[in-house]
Amino acid sequence: MQREHAPPPSLAQITFVFFVIAMQSFGGGLSGWIRREVVQRRGWMPDQQFLSGLALCQIAPGPNSVNLSVFIGTTLRGGAGALAALLGMIGAPMALVIAMGAAVAELSTYPVVSSGMAGVGAAAVGLNLATGIRMARRGVRSTYAAGIALAATVAIGGFGTNFLASVVVLLPLSFAVAVWTRR
Amino acid sequence: MTGALLALVGLFGSLSLVAFGGGNAVIPAMQHSAVAVRHWMTDREFLELFALSRLAPGPGSLIVTLVGQKAAGLVGALVATVAMYFPSCLLLHLVTRAWHRYRDARWRETAERGLAPLAVGLIFASGIAIMRGTEQGIAPVLLTIASTAVLTATEMHPILVLCVGGVIGAALRF
Repeated sequence: MQREHAPPPSLAQITFVFFVIAMQSFGGGLSGWIRREVVQRRGWMPDQQFLSGLALCQIAPGPNSVNLSVFIGTTLRGGAGALAALLGMIGAPMALVIAMGAAVAELSTYPVVSSGMAGVGAAAVGLNLATGIRMARRGVRSTYAAGIALAATVAIGGFGTNFLASVVVLLPLSFAVAVWTRR
Repeated sequence: MTGALLALVGLFGSLSLVAFGGGNAVIPAMQHSAVAVRHWMTDREFLELFALSRLAPGPGSLIVTLVGQKAAGLVGALVATVAMYFPSCLLLHLVTRAWHRYRDARWRETAERGLAPLAVGLIFASGIAIMRGTEQGIAPVLLTIASTAVLTATEMHPILVLCVGGVIGAALRF
């Protein structure tokens, strides 16, 4: 339900909504939650604008969900809105993660905790790989593009090639392919 | 202490603007720097922090906060977080304002297609880099493969998969 010309929400409302979103998002999938709250439940922006913003946040460097909070905050209330959204997004999770980090540092002297965390880590690596597979299905549409994805995977993941050097070489190449293959 | 803080600012400040495809993209560089170059932690401890950042609510990129905490305590956590988020957030704020002013769909579409393959490669690289650093023996590798398959083929909630992984890890003494 989108309201036309709804007045922009207050800074406190923006912080609160992103706080709620951040605290209920376990194990990723943040952009889905953000869309539900900001577009569908509150009608703060039309879906079209949200989706083009999401694409922008995926293009731009930096964590996507954090970028998305800055995009929405900026769109709603400029620089102050961006700070309000960012505070809601990372404030509480950051405090929580620091507390958990301290607790685990103590507890991992117990072998069962350390083994358990290694198991969570091994499963979490699968989360990264599964995200890569889903992204590849959507975004890699030519043999050349697949070659670039493979080159980045093998260079950085397989041979431990310097990250910055790999990006400096592959980024222009990838853009050249995108321009070359555009219809 | 000051040396560690400066190192954190240098590391995350420089990674912030090249994290194409999200925070996961820079995990191999983060791991290399924290373990092999700075000796802030072992590969196994890095894996624990990675696991923790996925278990906690909020952005997974908060692994940066945990690395900072390990390197230089509470101050390190804050410094690392600001160094990682400030440059990319400022850039995105400025780009958003320009974005609303100019709308060239053709340019946007090309940029999306240009960055997608790199983002895909970087996220695969992050998974493989962590595996290479930490997964000794066949059992953890099989767990990673199983987790990848389940999360790709089904809509099972990731947190459930992570918890099952934790139980398996504890039972098999990873």
